[in-house]
Amino acid sequence: MKYADEFRDKAIALGLAKTIEAETDPGRPYRFMEFCGGHTHAISRYGLEDLLPKNVRMIHGPGCPVCVLPAGRIDMAIRLAERPEVILCVYGDLMRVPGSQGASLLKAKARGADIRMVYSTIDAVRIAEENAGREIVFFAIGFETTTPPTAVMIRLAEKKQLENFSVFCNHVLTPPAMQNILESPDIRKIGRIEIDGFVGPAHVSTIIGTAPYEFFAEEFGKPVVIAGFEPLDMMQAILMLVRQVNENRHEVENQYSRAVTRDGNLRAKEEVSDIFELRDQFEWRGLGQVPYSGLKLKRTYAKYDAEVRFGMSELRVDDNPACECGAILRGVKKPVDCKLFGTVCTPETPMGSCMVSSEGACAAHWTYGRFRDHQQRRAS
Amino acid sequence: MRAYQRKLDIKNGCVDLSHGSGGRAMAQLISGLFHEAFGNEWLARGNDQSAFDVGDGRMVMTTDGYVVSPLFFPGGDIGSLAVHGTVNDIAMAGARPLYLSASFIIEEGFRFCDLKTIAESMGEAARVAGVHIITGDTKVVERGKADGLFISTAGVGVVPDGLDLSAENARVGDRVLISGTLGDHGVAIMSKRQNLTFETEIVSDSAPLNDLVAEMVEAGGRGIRLMRDPTRGGLAATLNEIAHQSGLGFHLIEEQIPVKPGVAAACELLGLDPLHVANEGKLVAIVAPDVAGAVLAAMRGHRLGRDAADIGEAVADDHHFVQMATSFGGGRIVDWLSGEQLPRIC
Repeated sequence: MKYADEFRDKAIALGLAKTIEAETDPGRPYRFMEFCGGHTHAISRYGLEDLLPKNVRMIHGPGCPVCVLPAGRIDMAIRLAERPEVILCVYGDLMRVPGSQGASLLKAKARGADIRMVYSTIDAVRIAEENAGREIVFFAIGFETTTPPTAVMIRLAEKKQLENFSVFCNHVLTPPAMQNILESPDIRKIGRIEIDGFVGPAHVSTIIGTAPYEFFAEEFGKPVVIAGFEPLDMMQAILMLVRQVNENRHEVENQYSRAVTRDGNLRAKEEVSDIFELRDQFEWRGLGQVPYSGLKLKRTYAKYDAEVRFGMSELRVDDNPACECGAILRGVKKPVDCKLFGTVCTPETPMGSCMVSSEGACAAHWTYGRFRDHQQRRAS
Repeated sequence: MRAYQRKLDIKNGCVDLSHGSGGRAMAQLISGLFHEAFGNEWLARGNDQSAFDVGDGRMVMTTDGYVVSPLFFPGGDIGSLAVHGTVNDIAMAGARPLYLSASFIIEEGFRFCDLKTIAESMGEAARVAGVHIITGDTKVVERGKADGLFISTAGVGVVPDGLDLSAENARVGDRVLISGTLGDHGVAIMSKRQNLTFETEIVSDSAPLNDLVAEMVEAGGRGIRLMRDPTRGGLAATLNEIAHQSGLGFHLIEEQIPVKPGVAAACELLGLDPLHVANEGKLVAIVAPDVAGAVLAAMRGHRLGRDAADIGEAVADDHHFVQMATSFGGGRIVDWLSGEQLPRIC
């Protein structure tokens, strides 16, 4: 596959692995968080851990929008979908995300709610055009990458003068969540966060650019390397982080220069800022309330805001108290340290955010990496 | 004697409730459309059942329902699939499939011309596979109660003496052979789904495997421990199933697993793993190491096994993990698919 296989080359990978091994100081740990689920998936899917020295540890961050969506928002969507006039359009990976008490959109659909899986925002607009007598709600979710398509869809609905179309907005932002990992009040409960550097988002950065991370690198003294989602991108980014740590630097570097610029996609950013504004705070499953981390539609676009249109009230659901997602997302604990992992919490019956999608830390470890736990146990 | 006044209007007509009510219309549909397509001596006798002779050996029996959407896809349709799927389930026992039954649940309004195409495709698939459809049933349900057409087929076959393929036969050191490229059927179906249409040259691999199996049995005999066709859930599900049933684990080598570039690209686009995607004309065989070479050569000599490959081995593992050395140089588990990838793939 052209333009993909080149970034999955085994010989180059082994060469990079050797360089990383040679340049790391065996006397100190290197703990790097990859923020994005896409990176987590690549690490697990290609078995990257096997190519890294023992003292380089990857911590899987909260960058999977499906995973961090709180149960309360799912409950709100289910309530909405249960209204007979509503057709709820969702991306397929949302269908199994658990709400409270084992509820999910998949189960709501089975009970008769009209929930349709779509593959693009344009599909939702088409469904609205085809069903003039019904209310079509698009369940918008995702980081900065998926927000511009939602903005385009709202523009399209406006142009087509659709009166039966609205958006349940759950878009969230990356930089505030990265900040929250290092400075949330929860840290007092969880313990010291030991992260030596961040692998920065790939697709998100194509939109927002590298500039927004500069404050973060400076303020917290942590190196950030923006990296693509291919496994060689990851290997190179890890080497760049190792070098920054060794040289005591904390800068924003861009490994993914084939797609990311300092300023990002100006047109997309403009569209988004025209239509959306910040929420004071937004709940993330596993992280709790994160200030200024979510978006909502501006008042001028209120007619397209499902929360306004249907007078939806906020629902809050507490995470399972035994769930260790908060500590796992911050790298203080590993999936196997959680009592629920692999017992009551599995990809079929996820209890916490990290198990919800294959991009979550626990699901990735369960699906691709759990054989290593047994290897380690045997070795010790 | 002609019991019907008018011929079925295949071109413009469609199935209505009278075609399932046991009256003249139903008789006309069965004889005019199904008997025509399946044509054989058993159906010609017009009984509610068919009697047949079987040779020596143990009999095998299987049944399967087909609800694929869309009904017509690149490389086949629900009719050919309903024959291949059941023929293959029988063949995986090392058996020679002989006879099939076919039961149709048709939604009112279904066009005769589509039904005829599907019946003819079934008839052709049966002829190619060397089996006969010797009994059947037709039901018609109201509009909205079935999505066009559902087909259920059952089949019987005979296993040669001395052959007993089963997961518990697998041993540490056995080789894992696959008969060709993975994921073709699933990707072909997905490419035609509403909302998901993408351009691809990939066609379904739907095919009868009994002839290939006969040649493998000839080459490997009792050295073939078991065979499975990796349909829904793909190779990943099949190997995990075998690992649990045999009490073993598997080690695979990703670079050895054949996947067409078009399938790999589609999976990349859709975020799928080709190891989870359905096949309808592929088999995986667990084979004793001393006959693996001969069986693989027999597979590659057959039209349906040209891309056959030795992709790994059975290992001792109390956890029954299916592990894989990735083409990138790391290791990972090949797990069951969680949840549903895409409904109604077969």
